[in-house]
Amino acid sequence: MESKRPLNLPWLFKMAWRDSRRNRSRLFLFISSIILGIAALVAIYSFGDNLAEDIDDQAATLLGADLVVSSNKKPSDKIVPLLDSIGNDRSKEQSFASMVLFPTAGGTRLVQIRALEGNYPYYGEIETEPAAAGKTFRQGRDALVDKTLMLQFNTKVGDSIKVGELSFEIAGVLNKAPGQTGLSSSIAPIVYIPFRYLQKTGLMQRGSRVNYKYFYRIGNATQVEKTLKNISGKLEKEGLDYDTIASQKKDTGRSFEDLTQFLSLVGFIALLLGCIGVASSIHIYIREKINSIAVLRCLGLKGWEAFLIYLIQIAGIGLIGGIIGAAIGTLVQQLLPLVLKDILPVAISSNISWAAIGQGILLGLVISVLFGLLPLISIRKISPLNTLRVVHEGASKINDPLKWLVYALVLLFIVAFGYFQLDGIKQALIFTAGVIVSFLVLTGIASLLVWMVRRFFPTSGSYLLRQGLANLFRPNNQTLILIVTIGLGTAFISTLFLVQDILIKRVSLSASGNQPNIVLFDIQPEQKQEIARVTQANRLPIIQQVPIITVRIEEINGKTAAEVKKDSSSKISPKAFGSELRVTFRDTLTAAERISEGKWRGNTDKDGTIYVSLEEQYANRIRVNVGDTLTFNVQGALVPTIVGSFREVDWNRIQTNFRVLFPKGVLEDAPQFHVLITRVPDSKASVSFQQQLVQKFPNISVIDLTLVLSVLDEILTKIGFVIKFMAAFSIVTGVVVLIASVLISKYQRIQESVLLRTMGAKRRQILIITALEYFFLGALASFTGILLSILASWALAKFSFKTAFAPDLSPALVLFVAISMLTVIIGLFNIRGILNRPPLEVLRKDL
Amino acid sequence: MDKILKVENLGKTYQSAGKNLTVLNEVNFSIEAGSTVSIVGPSGSGKTTLLGLCAGLDRSSSGSIELNGLRIDQLSEDKRAQVRNEHVGFIFQNFQLLPTLTALENVMVPLELRGEKNIKGRALDLLDKVGLASRGHHYPSQLSGGEQQRVSLARAFSNSPKILFADEPTGNLDAETSARIVKLLFDLNHEQGTTLVLVTHDMDLAQKTQRIIRIKGGAIISDEFVTSA
Repeated sequence: MESKRPLNLPWLFKMAWRDSRRNRSRLFLFISSIILGIAALVAIYSFGDNLAEDIDDQAATLLGADLVVSSNKKPSDKIVPLLDSIGNDRSKEQSFASMVLFPTAGGTRLVQIRALEGNYPYYGEIETEPAAAGKTFRQGRDALVDKTLMLQFNTKVGDSIKVGELSFEIAGVLNKAPGQTGLSSSIAPIVYIPFRYLQKTGLMQRGSRVNYKYFYRIGNATQVEKTLKNISGKLEKEGLDYDTIASQKKDTGRSFEDLTQFLSLVGFIALLLGCIGVASSIHIYIREKINSIAVLRCLGLKGWEAFLIYLIQIAGIGLIGGIIGAAIGTLVQQLLPLVLKDILPVAISSNISWAAIGQGILLGLVISVLFGLLPLISIRKISPLNTLRVVHEGASKINDPLKWLVYALVLLFIVAFGYFQLDGIKQALIFTAGVIVSFLVLTGIASLLVWMVRRFFPTSGSYLLRQGLANLFRPNNQTLILIVTIGLGTAFISTLFLVQDILIKRVSLSASGNQPNIVLFDIQPEQKQEIARVTQANRLPIIQQVPIITVRIEEINGKTAAEVKKDSSSKISPKAFGSELRVTFRDTLTAAERISEGKWRGNTDKDGTIYVSLEEQYANRIRVNVGDTLTFNVQGALVPTIVGSFREVDWNRIQTNFRVLFPKGVLEDAPQFHVLITRVPDSKASVSFQQQLVQKFPNISVIDLTLVLSVLDEILTKIGFVIKFMAAFSIVTGVVVLIASVLISKYQRIQESVLLRTMGAKRRQILIITALEYFFLGALASFTGILLSILASWALAKFSFKTAFAPDLSPALVLFVAISMLTVIIGLFNIRGILNRPPLEVLRKDL
Repeated sequence: MDKILKVENLGKTYQSAGKNLTVLNEVNFSIEAGSTVSIVGPSGSGKTTLLGLCAGLDRSSSGSIELNGLRIDQLSEDKRAQVRNEHVGFIFQNFQLLPTLTALENVMVPLELRGEKNIKGRALDLLDKVGLASRGHHYPSQLSGGEQQRVSLARAFSNSPKILFADEPTGNLDAETSARIVKLLFDLNHEQGTTLVLVTHDMDLAQKTQRIIRIKGGAIISDEFVTSA
């Protein structure tokens, strides 16, 4: 025998090309499964890339200055000289929530007042109409008023606005302040006034919650860094926060990671569905190629060469799928910024992201090859003897070590991809385990069905029913592959519907029934009685009235912030010390609270020990346990406490909820303000009540929740649209996978149908046999898929969203009927050619 | 004359429903290079199994097979594939043309597999010999059964095999077409000096070979030379 024949790659490519010529439409079905998944991911990746770039480009205008120092308490006299000496140019702002009155329209509304002094912003601008007003309003007793307010109160430039005790002329419509999103302007619209009139408004009283900001222009990034190095210690010591353009970039990027991550996850699911489609399509495709491969093997083709021919074909198709998907994704990406513009802080460009396109194309290639490998490697084992008789590969299939390697690679791919999309190995492993369990359950159900139909096969009754049933277990049956494919597809789609339902229920706030809808803030202790009287005089109920005290955590288990930072072994989160906490005290729990750990004590112990109760998720975040000691700084006085219990809090209720709850007998004399919650029956009563309050108590803030709820509803509709828009990718992919799987299965049944036709079977009889087989498959697969999705959604609700699971099962029912019917319709569509053409023509053309 | 095929104590047993099913038992024969031999027997007698084993398409359960001096029963599947490509030609009852390749490409495949260059002319010559030079660009589904078997003949001879195995080559054809195919088969065989091993039911066809091996129940029951062939 001559020496070993070298691998002839060009010829293998040629054969792959030749072999594909008569199968182009079928090969297109493979890629149709992955195109949409890739399109979704490319769109999301491109959007993410553009977002990151735009945040980089626009971070300076988001902040408006090189350095911003901020605090929600008045800076001490000690630090003021330093604050007045930083940078080349400086501005300052004091902002707070307050009610304003529009005398022309006679309406009031809670707004965010910003009193500004200096030339801020140094980057970007305060966008106004007329444009010059953004700079000139500081010269007179003028105000800039948010455009939504102007529209709401039908006010125009030149009209007046009353802020506290002072009236201002509206110099311009505020279109956009630095860093402001469409969303934030709807919830807390901004009114700018010159700083020098602030005191005269009479709103700066003790207890007012004011935010102090100092803006600096310093120069380049190195100078900012140098300046910060000198002053950061002093600022931190005084409890002042600071932001630079660099930190702004980081923070903004981080806040939008969640958004892009969620969208990526939806895209990932679409892609996984595509993977199932690829695997099942190639499986059936290769099964039909057995004879051709056996002939080639007879002619001397080696096992690996046969494998390579089809690998090249599948990789080529995957590459084309990747390119088409990337092209569609790039087009879709042009739409995302339009949909999301209101919830983003920066203007998003729609540049083509070549990195995202590259990733998409590579994914198409990798997925096709990886998920095609399972059926592809079996090609090596196809015996040339198949040319003489049908050979059933038995144990060799199971014992092939390469098969196990491919299984491992597929699992690794799902875990790795899941890890990047879900941002956590635990989540990725749970997700992969879910996929495996679903796969095993569906395989088990398919095997059980085959066994049961065979075992209890009816010996009498309609021939058509028996033929339809027999198709489920006879050789060349498609029971396993279609039940797994349709079942997994249904499970993914149904989970998406159910999770969407959970998410929407979770964020929806009920404004109906007797829910409170007005919240009064900043009530001073001396105003408490009088406001309660006004409320009752208006025949409104006092649903809740609680004191609020501002505190800070000074020490945890005897360690200060500085000590915790230094101690690398400490488990306590340094974040615990950073922010101010608004706490209350009472001796009972509300209906929205439940003790989840420890024991609730509503009063101080006899020995003076104070047991506080922490909201469990907050306790988790700062990493403290029941029994730990916490020392609070209550506006100068240090109060040592012990964590007595954790509470589970239902934050969705409209009422005041607290992360830290003190018992009675500790904070009664601390500086505090009160919150009162009531319910007004209609908007007329609301306007009248608010006007009385603003006139008598200009310092208090009124939040009309009906307005907030309608704004929230609008935002949720937008977010819901984005969720549905992206989910549509997954759903359409699922349908494409279903169509591809069932369409490809036609080649399994065509020969038998033609044979029946040849023997005189009527059109109606073949239709019924086919419809029955596909109905059994579609119904069982979708039913199992839906059961799996209910299980998955329950797990997500319980462990991930930590919410009650009360799904609306009507979409699942619709899905069951739709998928069963779709399977039958496509099955019938498959055989239409057999019914309308002579049998011989069908055999020649289609086989 | 040299022996091109030597079969000794050949046995083949299948597992069927948990039981051993012996299809071939202690088969012994040898075939001289350049001769024509037919293997005949009733359905289920084991003749197709014997053909598959001799051509290296399957592995035997016992015994040895020597093809062109090589113990193919000891070779790996890939090595046997190489032997088939270099020395063996096939003709099947159901033609077994590759449906996605044109007639010309089907004929070219064995030569391409050997890495030979400038093969189109040779393949066209072969198609011409079987009377299908003008149908080279047609796909199998566009050809009649007889035409498909003629393409199959051209393909079988394309790599100038030392031995040609034909499994019921006229089984799917009408009498007139069969006669044409048989004539082509023997003409090409004679022209190229190939050894021909035919498996058939058709005794008229078997009579055209020099030797007839009769097989029944997995064993040879007679082995005789045909004087009139």
